Amino acid sequence: MWEYTDKVKEHFLNPRNVGTIEDADGVGEVGSLACGDALTFYFKLDDNGKIKDAKFQTFGCASAIASSSALTEMVRGLTLEEAAKITNEDIANYLGGLPKEKMHCSVMGRDALEKAISCYRGEAEKKVEGEIVCECFGITDLEIERVVRENHLKTIEDVTDYVKAGGGCGNCHDRIQEIIDSILGTERPAKKQAVQLTNLQKIKLIEESIEREINPMLQKDAGKLELIDVDGNRVLVRLGGTCAACTKSHVTLKHYVEAKLKELVTPELVVEEVQ
Amino acid sequence: MNVIYMDNNATTRVAPEVLEAMLPYFSEYYGNPSSMHSFGGDVAAKIKEARENVATLIGAVPDEIVFTSCGTESDSTAIRAAIESYPDKRHIITTRVEHPAIKNLYENLSKKGYRVTFVPVDSYGCLDLDYLYQNLSDDTAIVSIMWANNETGVIFPIAEISQEIKSRDIVFHTDAVQAIGKIPIDVDKTGVDMLSLSGHKFHAPKGIGALYIRKGTKFAPFMVGGHQERGRRGGTENTAAIIGLGKAAQLAKKHLDENGYERIKGLRDKLEINLLENVQNTIVNGDRDNRLPNTTSIAFEYVEGEAILLMMNEHGICASSGSACTSGSLEPSHVLRAMGVPFTAAHGSIRFSLSRYNTEEEVDFVVEKLPPIIENLRALSPFWKKAMGT
Repeated sequence: MWEYTDKVKEHFLNPRNVGTIEDADGVGEVGSLACGDALTFYFKLDDNGKIKDAKFQTFGCASAIASSSALTEMVRGLTLEEAAKITNEDIANYLGGLPKEKMHCSVMGRDALEKAISCYRGEAEKKVEGEIVCECFGITDLEIERVVRENHLKTIEDVTDYVKAGGGCGNCHDRIQEIIDSILGTERPAKKQAVQLTNLQKIKLIEESIEREINPMLQKDAGKLELIDVDGNRVLVRLGGTCAACTKSHVTLKHYVEAKLKELVTPELVVEEVQ
Repeated sequence: MNVIYMDNNATTRVAPEVLEAMLPYFSEYYGNPSSMHSFGGDVAAKIKEARENVATLIGAVPDEIVFTSCGTESDSTAIRAAIESYPDKRHIITTRVEHPAIKNLYENLSKKGYRVTFVPVDSYGCLDLDYLYQNLSDDTAIVSIMWANNETGVIFPIAEISQEIKSRDIVFHTDAVQAIGKIPIDVDKTGVDMLSLSGHKFHAPKGIGALYIRKGTKFAPFMVGGHQERGRRGGTENTAAIIGLGKAAQLAKKHLDENGYERIKGLRDKLEINLLENVQNTIVNGDRDNRLPNTTSIAFEYVEGEAILLMMNEHGICASSGSACTSGSLEPSHVLRAMGVPFTAAHGSIRFSLSRYNTEEEVDFVVEKLPPIIENLRALSPFWKKAMGT
C-alpha cells in the first residue's frame, strides 16, 4: 500500500472543484486511458485577469486525483503569470509530498496547467517537440531533459517516477541515461586536470571502469562488455549477453561506453568492436 | 470498522484450529526433530503426521512431499532441479500468465541462455494448447503450467496436458498455489511430476510451502545442507508451521469432501451477478465456466483500480486490482494484457477472492457500497461522459 499523506487522502476522498466549465477561458488535456491516468483542467478569469474558477476531471489513481484537486485550489486568485510559475514540486509540496513513484501525477498537473494557459493565450497547440525517446509512453527527449533539470534527477528510475519514461519495455534506458549524463556533465564543476597516464595505468583504469561502471549498467539489460585489447588509444571490446544481438548496440558502444571511458580515463580514447 | 476480507488469493486468515495446533510447538515442544531424544522425536512424529495430511490432500504418498518455505521456493526448486537434471537440454516452457515466481525465473533463465517458450492465452484466459504441443521438443527440459490463475481464477487442463507430455522425457511441473484447497486435486490421476503449494493460501501461516515430487522424478536440491527432508531440502524444519500446514491440509480436505466450495461459489456468483446488474459497463475477465469457485475479476470501465480499492478501503472492504498503479509498475497486469483486455477495462479491474469465512451479509455489504463508488469515480473521469456520448 502506498504511504499517502493525510492531505493526499483528504483531497482524494473529497476532491475540490470537480467538473467542467462551459465557457472556460483555458482548457488543458493531458494523459490517456492507455497510460492509466489523464486529466482535463479548466479555468475561468475575472475582470482583473485573475483565475476566479478552476475545475478538473481526472481518470487515475488516488494521487492523480489529489494532485488535480490541489492544483485547482492553488491557482485560484492568481494571475496567469503567477500561475505559470507553479512547478510540479509545488503541487507535491502542497499535498505534503507524494510517494516517489507517484511524482508523475504532479507533473501531469503542471502539464495540464501549462496547456490550459497556452490555450488561453491562443498559442497553437504545441507540436510534439523534440524526438520521442520512450515509445511506450510517448515521452520526448525535451520532456525528459526538463524534468531532470527541474527536479535534479540522477537515475533512470527517477525519470520513470517523474514522467513514466522507461517504465514500459525498457528499450530506451540507454538513451535516458545519456540525457541524464549529458545534463549532469554540464552541471558538473570544472573537470579535474588530466594526468598523463602510463600504458599500464591506462589499461588498468579502463579495466576498472568497465568492471565498476559500465558492466553493472549493461547488466541491467543482461548485456556485457569484454575488454579484448588496448592499442594506443583504441579500446577493442566485444559485446556479450543481450548486447550481442541488440540492433542498438553500436549506439550503446559510442554514446555510452565510449563516452564513459573518455570521462573516466582519458578523452582521447576510441572504442571499437571486434567480432 | 469491520474488515470485509475478499482478498484470499493474496493471503488467508490462519484457521483457529491451525493456530491451536501450532502453538505448543514454539516454547513447549521445541525439540529438534532430528535429535535422538524423544523430546525431539515426538516433534518428528508430528511432522510425519503433517506430511501424511498434505499427501492425502493431493493424492500423493508422504515420501513425495518436501516442505519448503513458500510457493516461490517450491517453484524455484522444481525448475532448477529439472534443468540441473537435464544439463544437455536448453529449452523450457511456461505460459504468459504465470505468477512472478515462475515468470521472472524463466526470464532470468532466458538471459542465461535458455530458450524459453511462453504459451499464449486467448481473450478468456484459456491456454493455446496447440501452441504448447507444437513447441515440445527433445530439447525441452521442463514444462511449468499453473493449475489455476491467481488473477482470473481460470483453471488450466493439467490432466490433459500431462497426457500429452507423459510420453516424452520432459518434466511436467504445476504451480498449484491458487488451486490447493479450493478445488479437488489428485496428482496420481493427473500425472504431474512436480507440484508447488503454499500454506498461507489455504489457512496455514505464511512462510510454509511444499513441493510434491513424483517418485522416480529426477531431482537435485535447491537448498543443500543437512539430511532433512531426506536430503532434498536442507535446513532445520519450521516445525510449528509444518504442523500448521498439516492441520490446514486436513481442514481443506474436509471442506472439499463436504462440497464446501459450493457455498463459496454461491457467494461469489451472487457478488458477481449483482455487481454486473447494478453497475453498467462492467465485464468479467476470464472464462466464467471454468474458474476457481472463489475468484472473480471484474473490470469497471473508465475508472482506475487503485482509486476503487482505496474508496472500498474506507468501508473496510479488502480486494486487489490488476491496475498499474497498485503494483508499483506503470503497466497493468501481465495476465490481463496477455488476454488482450483493453486498457479501458484493464486499469479498472478488481479481483475479489473469497474464502470459507466470508458470509452472505458481507457480499450484500459490498454489493451495496461498490456501485456508488464506481459512480463517483466515473463522475470524476473525463472519459466517462465521452464514452456515454453525452
